[in-house]
Order: sequence, then structure tokens, then C-alpha cells
Amino acid sequence: MLTANSLRRVAIIGGCRIPFARANTAYAEASNQDMLTAALQGLVDRHKLHGERLGEVVAGAVLKHSRDFNLTRESVLSTTLDHATPAYDVQQACGTGLEAALLVANKIALGQIEVGIAGGVDTTSDAPIAINERLRKVLMKANRGKTTGQKLAALAAIRPRMLMKPELPRNSEPRTKLSMGEHCELMAKRWNIARAAQDELACASHRNLAATYARGFFTDLMVPFRGLTRDNNLRPDLSMEKLAALKPAFDKHGGTLTAGNSTPLTDGAAVVLLATEDWARAHNLPILAYLRAGETAAVDFVNGDEGLLMAPAYAVPRLLEKLGIMLQDFDFYEIHEAFAAQVLCTLAAWEDAGYARDRLKLDTPPGPIDRTKLNVAGSSLGTGHPFAATGGRILATLAKLLAEKGKGRGLISICAAGGQGVVAVVER
Amino acid sequence: MMARDRYLAFANSPFGKKLTGAIGLPQPTPLERFAPGRPDLLGPVIVGAAQGGRLAAPLAELLAAAPVATLFHGEYAGWTDIAAQHRLMTGRFDAKSSGTVGSAVFDATGIADPDDLAAIYRFFHDTIRSIARNGRILVLGTPPEDAPNLAGRIAQRALEGIVRSLGKEAQHNIAAQLLYVAPGAEGAANSSLRFFLSPRSAYVSGQVVRIGKPVAQDTDGYDSHAPHAGRTVLVTGAARGIGAAIAEVFARDGAKVICLDVPQSTADLLALAQRIGGERLTLDITAPEAPKTIVEDAMARGGYDVVVHNAGITRDKTIANMTPDAWNIVMNVNLVSALRITEALLDADALKPNGRVVCVSSIAGNAGNLGQTNYAASKAGVIGMVQGFAPVLAARGATINAVAPGFIETQMTNAIPLTIREAGRRMNAMAQGGQPVDVAETISWFADPASVGLNGNVVRVCGQSLIGA
Repeated sequence: MLTANSLRRVAIIGGCRIPFARANTAYAEASNQDMLTAALQGLVDRHKLHGERLGEVVAGAVLKHSRDFNLTRESVLSTTLDHATPAYDVQQACGTGLEAALLVANKIALGQIEVGIAGGVDTTSDAPIAINERLRKVLMKANRGKTTGQKLAALAAIRPRMLMKPELPRNSEPRTKLSMGEHCELMAKRWNIARAAQDELACASHRNLAATYARGFFTDLMVPFRGLTRDNNLRPDLSMEKLAALKPAFDKHGGTLTAGNSTPLTDGAAVVLLATEDWARAHNLPILAYLRAGETAAVDFVNGDEGLLMAPAYAVPRLLEKLGIMLQDFDFYEIHEAFAAQVLCTLAAWEDAGYARDRLKLDTPPGPIDRTKLNVAGSSLGTGHPFAATGGRILATLAKLLAEKGKGRGLISICAAGGQGVVAVVER
Repeated sequence: MMARDRYLAFANSPFGKKLTGAIGLPQPTPLERFAPGRPDLLGPVIVGAAQGGRLAAPLAELLAAAPVATLFHGEYAGWTDIAAQHRLMTGRFDAKSSGTVGSAVFDATGIADPDDLAAIYRFFHDTIRSIARNGRILVLGTPPEDAPNLAGRIAQRALEGIVRSLGKEAQHNIAAQLLYVAPGAEGAANSSLRFFLSPRSAYVSGQVVRIGKPVAQDTDGYDSHAPHAGRTVLVTGAARGIGAAIAEVFARDGAKVICLDVPQSTADLLALAQRIGGERLTLDITAPEAPKTIVEDAMARGGYDVVVHNAGITRDKTIANMTPDAWNIVMNVNLVSALRITEALLDADALKPNGRVVCVSSIAGNAGNLGQTNYAASKAGVIGMVQGFAPVLAARGATINAVAPGFIETQMTNAIPLTIREAGRRMNAMAQGGQPVDVAETISWFADPASVGLNGNVVRVCGQSLIGA
């Protein structure tokens, strides 16, 4: 598969996202394609890629309408890119955006393409509501009928309640029937994560995000969309008192996860431009940072007594071992805040000798991290979390943080449904 | 207390909205005005430009300082580089996905030929429906007299027609202005761009403003949030109405205000001065010794930075019925005293460097009015005074300009008979009267230390009144 003479470094040139919006607010009427197109066009405008044929564009969405089967390609056709740019969709739950970047990066590294765009989009406001499953079966049967009589006979089986109960997409695990919040609540209990610690992390996320907006950091990473110029989930004045007043959201009795320390359902899109160094030079585009390596892990949360969102705890040590670096050898840690508790469980697991020995199969635990380097520009608790868009948001943010610093290394960790986790290392 | 526009309140009540809609009456909505703590600029801003525009950098600088996000029209892809240089958020405007915006700005300074005007048509054709209520339209041009050739001159003059029509078409309290910025005066456009993209210019629409060669360097340590900090401002006729609003706005923006009015209004004047932490100067400006007294006050304070000639009265009668007294007093209060005071201050060098003189004219000064030969003469005379003094003041590093209020809700306009009053209120693009603060904000903009390129302008505060346009 190695098309070039040797492996090439993968440069992160830039990113573009639309502001994220809490579900059923500013983007209630926007489709996945509208949002992905806006993010893509923003990236194209900023980097003057009009008429440029790219190696590929890879993106995806967790919640898709059936009409969105070719979502990314359709979005590319709505931009000023050369329409001869191929595209495909991927989906790995909340890991979609980062996994897409790893796919594009791999092709660049191997010499299959010179440049590509990776990203993701999601809307829970314009969700694909399917018709009732029993109604669907009746309609399919009628469709199979060869004569009018057969068709009518099949349709006669329609009952009013079939019309009243559509099938809604659900934020829950098919095998456990538990929602992601309920799963994370179990993790928080397993790791004894205090409510106050979760609220503090949420507070820091909003505070850091507000400060990062205030210094204009995001101006070249975002395009305005539908009247928004920053994430409408951001609460710059959020306080511990306000967070403490919230009731548990998933476990009414003794739960610690609340609407304040969990991410809300969110709409948004984010994309990242990746290329070889030569391509960047030839197009006179500065390089923010390099996508060094990625790793994906999964855990058995159904029968294996592991928390649903603990896969990054496994993926990171595996990747560190391959790269021969320590968990402490980073300047920035970007740990996606699906829930404050998810971040804190992961950090606790890395410090636990027993967990390292029994689960991670390590002699010594990865150890603690310098918390002042964690999510310094804010993360999902502040921005919100449009599932597939989060990877692109984090990758571009981290690349720019490293570019600002001039030199350094950053870690990305993203947990995903199905007990999965996608992680990556970015360097400059 | 401000006079009240009961129809405006009615038309915005649930029943009033239905009724006025059903029978096709005007449906004005209250103007959105500036208040401390509210956003200064109306964003996001859609930007467009014809090739060769000169104002991209000053515009980007202003918007980045706010900061306000921008959207660029599809024909203006060059804006991405300018935005990047100024760390300004931008994205491509799309009528479907961009949502509503606060303002739309077109830099037409590069238009050199009538054929090029189609670019401005395309820009507003695409964007006008996306401008939110109380939004702003701003067109930037080159003064026709400064165009390098005949085609350029014609094209630039054509902008006036476009802008005045946009002001009438846009509705929903959207204001439209044309800013002619002379070559070399780009750096002096900041305060004007800011004013016309802000809620401060709520009742100003359909105006043409010229920004010329700066008369002075921008002052150091200037803060656009408190532009008048440390300055001394004289306001005549300050006791009530527009004068009181002027004093309040200057005080809000940091100035020490000397509130001048006649002895009969001492009580009002005292209350005002106390409220705004200003000082009182009680005298009749038509008295022979008035200029001397004012100069003494100015010298005692180290000079005035700003002088606002606001004092004005009406004595309406058709000319055949008008007494000589009615003629004389109106001319003396509204025009002659302003002239004498200005001359005295200049003779005594009592206007500080980068000083400002702002006069109050009236749309009656443009349009004339039945029963107002005296008033219209005085207010048209004010325009002459501004134009005549402009080069004199420029030579001293100062400026002189005038506002020309239209229908402003004051005790003066409240005394007009109902039917005429209603006509005056509704016959403008905003379908309502302005408030004294609208005039005050406009005067504050003229007086801004950064308004070094504004000299000899007369700007109407009339909601683009049909009268006298």
C-alpha cells in the first residue's frame, strides 16, 4: 500500500467549524448537509482551495437521514472545490471526526493522496425520525404485493397506533438499553468521582472557552452560521453555585451527573485540512502542526465489567508505548468532555496501580497529568458536542495551540459509543 | 419627560399590530438605541467591495476591535486575507445559511465607471433581505469631486441615489448612509464607520457624509468607549429637550459639561448639572456681553474642547403676520448669537487644539416651512455658518459641523397641532419621531476627537424624512 518511496509527515494546515448550537436552537432548521457544506466552504475560502482537486474528503454523521447516504460527497458538490474531488462517509459514533482524520492522514502518509479534508457533522434537531417499525413492515409487504388486491390486503393491516408512534433515534446503547449518561453514572460510582470535582471541570471548561474566545483564538477556525458567531452553549458566567443547584440528570437518587457537567445534545460541523509538507509549501500555506499517530481501542462494556466510555484509558497507553513516550511528555491534553465524569474516570484509571496491572497490563500506571495542561481552550462541556464534529474541533484547536506555542506535543482522547475510543498525538 | 408617541405604542400592542396590519396603517417598531453595556456595533457585518476599494483595512480594523464577525459577499473573496490579517472572524455570505446580520457594508470607493455600479446592485440584491430589524446599510464612496475622471465622478455621484433608495426600501428601522471618504482620509474614517454601524445612529438615515483631509492627528490614549473623557464641553440651551440630552450624552461619554441656559430655566439647569456632574452657566446668549462672559468661562477652564450651539426657539407666523420682534429674536437666538460666540472664542483662542464646534440646524433649514420664514432663515444660516467657518477652523486644527433634526419628540414638537404633528412623525422611513438622544448621539460623533476628517458637514437626524430631502 505504500505508494510513495517512504512515509511522509502529515501536516495539519487548518481547520474550520461553524459555531456549535444546542439542539433545537439556532440550527433547528439546518440539515447535516447545510452545516457540513458551510464548514467545508469556510475551509476552502480561508485556504483558497477554489477549483482545487483534493485527494479526498472524508466525513460522517452519527445521526443520518437515509437521503444522506452520500452526505460528504453531496456537500463537496455544494462547495467551490473541484467537483472531481472524491469523498466518502465514515461513522464511528463520537470518534467519527478523529477517525476520519486518521484515515485521511494514513493515505497521505502512504503516498496515496497529497491532501485531504476530514471532519464530521451532527444534528439532533433535524434528526431522522423513522416510521413505526410495524408500519414499515406492512408498507414493505404491500410494496412486494404483485396485484392490487395483494397490496390492499397488506395495507389493511395498518392500525392507527402505528401512525402515532414513530421510531426516534435514541442516545442509548442497543445492548444494555442504558443511556450514555446512565453508563457514565456507573463509571463515576466505580471511580468515586465526586460531584464537586465534576462541576469544577465543567466550570473550567466554560471559563477556558470564554477566555479563548475573548483573545480571538477561534477567529480563523470558525465561520459564522445562521446568526451564531460562537457556541451558544457557552456560559461565561457559570459558577460553582449555579452548577451545584442542578439536580442529578440520570440517577435521581445519589447520582452525580447533571445537565451542567454533561454535554447537551448539540448541532454543528467541523473539518480539518491535512496535507503533505510539499503540498503545503507549494500552496504557500503555513503548517500548524503534524498529526503524529493515532490509536483506536474498544472495551467489552456488556459482559466485561468495564465502563462504556473507558476505551481511551486503554488506547492512550498502547499508543504511548509504540511511540516510546510517557503520559507526562505532553504540553496539552485534549480529553473530550462527553461528561466531566468521563474525563475524571480516565485520569483516575491512569493513576491506579491495580487498574494498570489488571486491565491495562502495565507494570506501572501511566500516572497523573499536569491538570493545568488539560483542555486549556475549553472543551465539549463548554462548546457542546455534535457527535461527529467533535474530533475536527479538537484536532484544529490543538494544532493551533501548538502553532502558538511554537513547539510541543499534544494528546487527543475521544470516547465513543459502543465502548470505543479514538486517540491521537499531535506534534510541532 | 419626553413627549409620547401613543400611536407607536398602540401599533406595537397585540391588538394594534393586528388592526394596523389589517387596514394597512404604518407599523412602526421602536428604534433600538445605544445603552451602555449593550453591543457597540450591529453585527455580524456583510462586507462587499468593488475592485480597487480603499477602505477594507480601516473597516477590518474597526470590526476586529469590536469584535464583530463578518460575512463576505461571494464576489469579495479577497476579504478572507484582510480578515486574517486583522484576526477577524469571517465566512462566505449565503442567503440561506448565514442567518440575519446587523449590517451590510459596501466599499464602492473603487468604482470608476457607471458600468461598475452593477456590483453594488448585486451586493444589495443578494443581501438586503438578510439585514435584521434596526440594522445598518453603509456605502463607502469617493467624493465625486475627487474622482480622477468624468466616468468616475458620475459613478460616484450615482451612489447617492442608490443609498437614498435603499433607505426607503429597507424598512424595519434599517438605516442607510453614504460615506464619501477622500483619498488620503481613510485613516480618519474610523469614528464615522463606528457611528453608522452602531445603534447610536438610530434615527439617522439617507445621509451623505464627507470625510476629508484630517485637520489634526488622532489624540493619544483615545478610548472609543469614553471618547470625551477629560474634555470640557459647552452646551447652549441645555436646560431641557435636545439640549439636556446632549449634555447627558457628553457626560456619559466622559466629558465635563458646562450647561448654559437663560435665567428663567435655572431650576431645570441646576437639576441637570447635578445629575450629570456638570456645571451651570446662566445667561442670555443674545445679551451684548454674552460672548465675553462665555470667553471668560472658557479661559478659566483652560479652553473648551467642544462648543455645541443648541439654543433655539420658534416664533411661528406667516411672514405677513410676523412682528419684527418675532423675526429678530429667532434670528438672534438661533443664528447671530452662535456666530458671535464662535467668533469671540476663536479670537480669544479659547477653543482647544482638535476642538469642535457643532451647530444645530433643522430640516426646516433645507425645506422651509409654512409660518417659519424666520426659523428657516436662521437654520439655513447655520448651514452657511458651518460651510463658511469650516476652512477657518481647519486651519486651527478644529472642525465645525451641524446636525439638522427632523421631527424629534420634545415639548417643542408636542405643541404642534395633532394632525400636522402626526404627519411630521410618520412621513419618514422609520414612521416615527426621533428622540432627543438621537440628535445628541449624532453631535457626540461630530465632536468625537477621532472625527478629524469631518468638517463642514450637515447631517440630518430625521429618519430619512420625506420633507426637505
